[in-house]
Parts: sequence; structure tokens; C-alpha cells
Amino acid sequence: MTHTEKRILVNKLVMILSSLSAAVGIAFLLWILSVLVINGIDAINWNIFIYEGAPPGYEESGLKHALIGQLILIGVSTLIGVPLGILAGAYLSEYGGLKSKLANVIRDISDIMMSAPSIVIGVFVYAMIINRDSFLYDNWFSQNIWSGLSFSPALAGSFSGWAGIIALTIIMVPIILRTTDDMLQLVPTTLREAAFALGAPKYKVILQVVIRGAKTGILTGVLLGVARVSGETAPLLFTSFNDNFLNTDLSEPIASLTVTMFNYATSPYEDWQKLGWAAAFILSMFILGLNILGRLLLHTRKKK
Amino acid sequence: MNKFLDKFFHLSTLSIALLTLLVTGAIFGVLYLEAKPAMDAFGFDFLVSSKWAPNLEKFGAFPAIVGSILSTALAMFLAIPLAIGVAIFLSEIAPAKLKSPVGVSIELLAAIPSVIYGMWGLFYFVPIIRDLFGGLGIGLLTAGIVLAIMILPFMAAVTRDAMNTTPDILKESAYALGGTKWDVIKDVVIPYAKAGIIGATILALGRAIGETMAVTFVMGNVHKIPLLITDPATSIPVALANEFAEADDGLYFSSLFYLALVLFVISFAIIAFAKFAFLKRGRQ
Repeated sequence: MTHTEKRILVNKLVMILSSLSAAVGIAFLLWILSVLVINGIDAINWNIFIYEGAPPGYEESGLKHALIGQLILIGVSTLIGVPLGILAGAYLSEYGGLKSKLANVIRDISDIMMSAPSIVIGVFVYAMIINRDSFLYDNWFSQNIWSGLSFSPALAGSFSGWAGIIALTIIMVPIILRTTDDMLQLVPTTLREAAFALGAPKYKVILQVVIRGAKTGILTGVLLGVARVSGETAPLLFTSFNDNFLNTDLSEPIASLTVTMFNYATSPYEDWQKLGWAAAFILSMFILGLNILGRLLLHTRKKK
Repeated sequence: MNKFLDKFFHLSTLSIALLTLLVTGAIFGVLYLEAKPAMDAFGFDFLVSSKWAPNLEKFGAFPAIVGSILSTALAMFLAIPLAIGVAIFLSEIAPAKLKSPVGVSIELLAAIPSVIYGMWGLFYFVPIIRDLFGGLGIGLLTAGIVLAIMILPFMAAVTRDAMNTTPDILKESAYALGGTKWDVIKDVVIPYAKAGIIGATILALGRAIGETMAVTFVMGNVHKIPLLITDPATSIPVALANEFAEADDGLYFSSLFYLALVLFVISFAIIAFAKFAFLKRGRQ
């Protein structure tokens, strides 16, 4: 065999191996997707949207409590997290810039926090807000000046919707902060100069010209951030906990689709497991929808 | 008036931006303070002792740490070749018609919440492992495989992005010299994208080690060093997810906080290393 023949053979081999590994990877993912769709569609019916949780065996059990709880948790953390993320991103891009050391440290830390284990954030929020026996509570909050600032007196001792919302917000802010920062930097400097030349103060330039100029990009970041947070389970396990019935009081434990899914799927009852699949299907479609919407937005922006 | 508003806006955005640093610092600080009783009680022994007995107030994290390392290592061992294969396929081999739909579906799969991968693993993968190897089907092997599948889309997408940064002109020059596709991949694309590929892999490792929901369903949460690869085991996030809500006594709690601190430090260090050593900002 000549050298050339050998090279061609090796090339063919690698092409086959690589296509094969792609096929294996994609096959697994299709498997998961089909399982999700088949079980999900099988489990979905009107009862799910009408009824709350019920003991196993009851016909009239549904996911109304978890759907509404999920919407509340995601909605409120979006309302808090989005403005915080956008304003912090605006600081990085407009006041900090690329050369500021502080801005770069904040960028690095946010990048790391985006991939940090979300369960640790749940543990952290638990310690800060819920845990009445905690070292912190004993040594700080209950005794000295910090007590006025802490959430503990009002919310301590019980899992609560607020704790879940705070955990989700901590996860969401770095994502929105970094996309806003990146998107604002794409706004041409001449646009800012034009606004300054008209005599506009800086805050007006930022709010009414720069952020507005980058609004599609920021919206994409918001959609991706919300999508990411919607699928979080681990940080809710010991913060918002769970509830089998509809609850809209945020100082009480509140149901979420993800934790409900976890509890139902690990239960031995078939009808609960079925509800778990329905929850999985609804949540995945929501998240995929947000992702596709974000992509379409980016796409139309690029076309312009 | 404008001057005042300007200053106010500057300071308020600055303080919000600083809040991110404050929260990160607070996570380290609070976990440390909460873990302190366990640190005082067990010291360094906590990390190397295998005894996890809440009823005896003895806590050792060694099985959880070993379980985290083994399950992540197994997942990386399975996912790295597949991810590189998928990335090569997407960036160099696939015809233009396939590239975009396959690429987008891989990216969308990376967005599916990990709890769903865990659920799939429990209902569809555990029985297969049980039939093949006997035992419960729940354990290290299953956890490693489910983790590998969960991390695969993310890893493949980032690796492909790194490979796509290779300028076409470099590849074309290599083809013009008579290189085969494999020659171009191994002598041009991979060397050019090396930093990005390694960075992507380490970032995926950092995510995998802190992943909770994909493995909680299928690992078993048994605080023992697994002797067989099919044995039930535990990992730090699995122990936290299973035990945190039911821990009652102070030292038990504190030990779980210690575990969380260990996990946070490890994954923070891994992600930071990937970022500073391999993934430079602004290169998109």
C-alpha cells in the first residue's frame, strides 16, 4: 500500500467514525425527545389544567397548582432579575468599558456564576433566608444591627416562594448582564455622540438611545435567561419547596413544575408518574419555544 | 438636575453591578460560616473519611467526593469522543443542507432542563442497565452515562463553535497542497482551535461536576465507595438534593454545608481555569 492510499484509507475511516459518533449522539437525543413527546402527549388532557394535586388513584388530579406556581416564580424573578441585569450590563458597557478593571472582574465572575452549580445557590439562599437555626442567624441577624437588613425575621423557619424567587434571580442576573453588556457594545459610538451633541445627559443617552438601539439583542438575552431559569429544579428544592395545592402566597411554600415533576417521577404510583411526564412535556415546550423565539429575533436582527 | 440624575444613575447601576460580586462573595462566606461547626468537629478528616452516619453524628465526605469524581470522569470519557465526533461532523463533514438543522437541534437539546434527562434515565435507561448487568440498574455506570448524554449537546456545540473559528483560507491552503479531509482536520483545524476545544471540554467538566438533577434520579445516594461500576453510589450534589431538606441536627446540617462549600470551590476553580487558561473573552 502506498503512502497516498494509506492516507486515503485513514481519511475514510475517520470520516466514518466521526459520522458514526454524530449518529450515535443524535440517536440518543432523538430517543429522549421522542420519549418526552410520546409520554407527554399521552398524559396531557384537560384535567391537568383544571385540577390541583390529589392523592394517587384519584381521577381528578392535575397540575394547575404547579403550572400557576411555576408562572409566578418565573414571572416575579423575571420582573426582578431583568431590570437588575440590564442596568448592571449598562454599567459595564457604558461606564466601565472594556479597559476598566472592575468591569472586567464583574464580567469574569458573572461568566463563572453562569456555569456554577445551581444547587449551591439553593443551599446559599436556604442559609440566608430560611434557616432559623443557622450559625448566621444566631450570630448576626438576631443580635446586631444587621437584623434590620435581613429577610430572616419575616421569612425564617419556612420554605417560601420568595426564597425560590431569590435563588432564580441570582441565577438569571449574570446571563442578562452579560448579554446586555455585549449587545450594548455593538451599538455604534456615533449614535451616542449624536445624542450627546444634542445636549442629552448621559443617563438619557443610555436609557433612550443605547439600550433602545440594542433592544432586540437584549430581548434575546432576556428570553434565554428566562428559559434557563425555567428549567431549574435544584435551587428550588430547599427554597420554594413544593405544595400539592394551589398557593399564591409567596411567603409560603409554592409548587413548581420542576419540583413537582421530580417528586411525581420518583413516586411509585403510575398516575403520578404520568403527571410527571405531562409536566416535563409542557415545560420543555415552553423552554424550546423561548429558545426558538430568541433565535428568530437574533436572525431578523442580523438580516437588517 | 440632570447632573444629579446622571450621578444617581451612574451610582445605582454601579451598585447593582457590584451586587453580583457581593452575592458571589456572600456564597463563599455564608457556606464557610455554616460549614464551620463541621470543620471544627472533623477538620481535614471530613474530606478523607468514608463514614457517613447521621445517627452517630459521624460525617465523612470521601464517598461523595469519589462518587462525584468517578461519575464525572466516566461521563467525560464517554462524552469527549462523541462530542468531538459530532463537532467534526458539523463543522467539516456535513453537507450544507444538514449543517444548520442538525446544529440548531443540538443547541436546542442543550436547553432542555437536566431534570428531564434524569427522568428519561430513570424510566428508560435504568431497566436496560439492570437487564445487562443485573443489580438495581441504579448506580455509578447509569449516572455516568446519563450525565454524558446530558452534557453532550453543550460540549458538541461549543467545540463546533471553536472549530468554526478556523479561517477558511487556512483550510483551503491545506486542501490545495493535496491534504485529505482528515489531514486538514488534524493538522489545521484542531491545532488552530485547540485552546477553544480544551476550554469547552473543561467548561463542560465544570458543569457536569455540579449537575444535580440528571444524576439524582439514577445514582442511588449510598455513602459507600463503589467497588463495582454498577454499584449504587453518591456524589456531592446528589447527597445535597436527597438529604438537605430532611437534615435535622446541627452537625448534620453543617456537614451538608461543608459538602456544598467543597462543591462550589471545586467547580468555581474548574470553570475559572477553563476561562482564564483557554477561553479568552471577546473572541467570538
